[in-house]
Amino acid sequence: MNDIITPIIMGIMLGGLYALIALGLSLLFGVMRLINLAHGDFVVLGSYLAYGIATYLGLDPILSLIIIVPVMFGLGFLIQKYIMSRAFAVSSDTPLIIAFGISLIIQNANQIAWTPLSRGLNTGYSHASFFLGSLQFPVIYLLDLIAGIVVMLLLREFLTRTYLGRAITAASQDKRAAELMGINAKRVYGYAFAIAMAFAGIGGVFLGMTFPFTPTSGISFLTIAFGTVIIGGLGSMWGTFLGGIILGLVQTLGGYFFGPASQMLIVYVIVLVILAIRPQGLFGR
Amino acid sequence: MTDQVLLKISNIEVFHGTFQALWNLSLEVRRGEMLALIGANTSGKTTLMDTVSGLLHPAKGIMEFNGYDITCLDPYQIVELGITQVPEGRRIFPEMTVFDNLMIGSYCSCARKNRILNLGRVYELFPRLKERKKQVAKTLSGGEQQMLAIGRGLMADPKLMLIDEMSLGLAPIVIDEIFKALKKIQERGITILFVEQNVKRTLEEADRAYILENGRVALSGTSAELCEKDQVKKAYFGIDECAI
Repeated sequence: MNDIITPIIMGIMLGGLYALIALGLSLLFGVMRLINLAHGDFVVLGSYLAYGIATYLGLDPILSLIIIVPVMFGLGFLIQKYIMSRAFAVSSDTPLIIAFGISLIIQNANQIAWTPLSRGLNTGYSHASFFLGSLQFPVIYLLDLIAGIVVMLLLREFLTRTYLGRAITAASQDKRAAELMGINAKRVYGYAFAIAMAFAGIGGVFLGMTFPFTPTSGISFLTIAFGTVIIGGLGSMWGTFLGGIILGLVQTLGGYFFGPASQMLIVYVIVLVILAIRPQGLFGR
Repeated sequence: MTDQVLLKISNIEVFHGTFQALWNLSLEVRRGEMLALIGANTSGKTTLMDTVSGLLHPAKGIMEFNGYDITCLDPYQIVELGITQVPEGRRIFPEMTVFDNLMIGSYCSCARKNRILNLGRVYELFPRLKERKKQVAKTLSGGEQQMLAIGRGLMADPKLMLIDEMSLGLAPIVIDEIFKALKKIQERGITILFVEQNVKRTLEEADRAYILENGRVALSGTSAELCEKDQVKKAYFGIDECAI
């Protein structure tokens, strides 16, 4: 009986990380209807930034968030303001292609800067574990879950309590009406992109502490984020969070029942099934 | 005399792509009045409202509001100056609560400082919105949604309110209620420019009206004057049943 509790708890904790990775993707789709193909690479960029800071400044990855979050936020704002907003003005497909281009640029830049070797964010507590009863779990996984919950709650408070947050929500529900309410849609989009990118950075830091990464890892992280968002429903924040938990559970339980080699296969099959029977996601509108 | 004019539109031409929707159109909105736009579908009423709101920009011509040239401004700058639009189809934010919808109305920096005062006024005008403030907006009835759309517009602390097709799909009793509210809004000193399908009703309520045809002003005048015109009687009332 204890056997199956382990993958369940691991899955829930892992789900927090997946939600963290997917929140930015979900936010951008919800607000701008943009499928950001570069999201996975933004996550990896966050991992490498933390790696660089740890290597050259000796800062703990979690502490390095003080630097990474503002840097990613600013970068996101600039990308939206100078690249994406122009792409949106051309046609609705253009941003997709531009995002793909940005993805390739980040991948190759990371390869030049850090070599294609696999890296990880190692800390003093990387291999530490905690006990629940007689069961043992990695501390990093617990941190993943905490980070996922904290970021999720912060986002929710931001979206429902502040003017800018309400403006982002409003623009995602009806852009034209939002403009008529005095909301500068361009500015709101800039902030939404900046927030999504900052979230990618946070996700990257925790992901880098949990799994090894290479410059081309972005695509697999993007796939995980997509899976999370598809299960939860695009544009729904709570759905994204629950989607992450479900994806994490499917992965660990899949590994438990069918062996670790097929755990991701199980994940993709579930995603496909949900896409076929409920394309708007389990919690989508 | 010019001081009485709040919005002055001079000779504007507006295009949707290659289709010209407004032709050399001029119009004046006077301070404090309730002005109506009348015309068939595609006569350019909504285009005109969207142009004033800055969603569309005229290829030619000038628009002046309260002494400012607003011809080339974006929607958010127009709201900041004191023009708010209650759009056709209400376009409330469906997944947000009534309260959040109203708060979004006070987004522009000019309106934020007065938001508590304005919220009180909106609740006084439409007590039903107060009762339902925590409800998700899409669960409101059509009439309540229209009240919410007007209330949301009022939260922007406007000098001029543009209201497009407000009675679409509403019961007559609800329309009465909304017209009563508009009178109260006007008494508070807010100028109103509205579009309404029911011409008879419009001329009963409005101080003045412009009649648009194919993107041009066909006629204008006070409601009483327009009622006397044979053109209006024939086109909109069948015979001469206009009674004011």
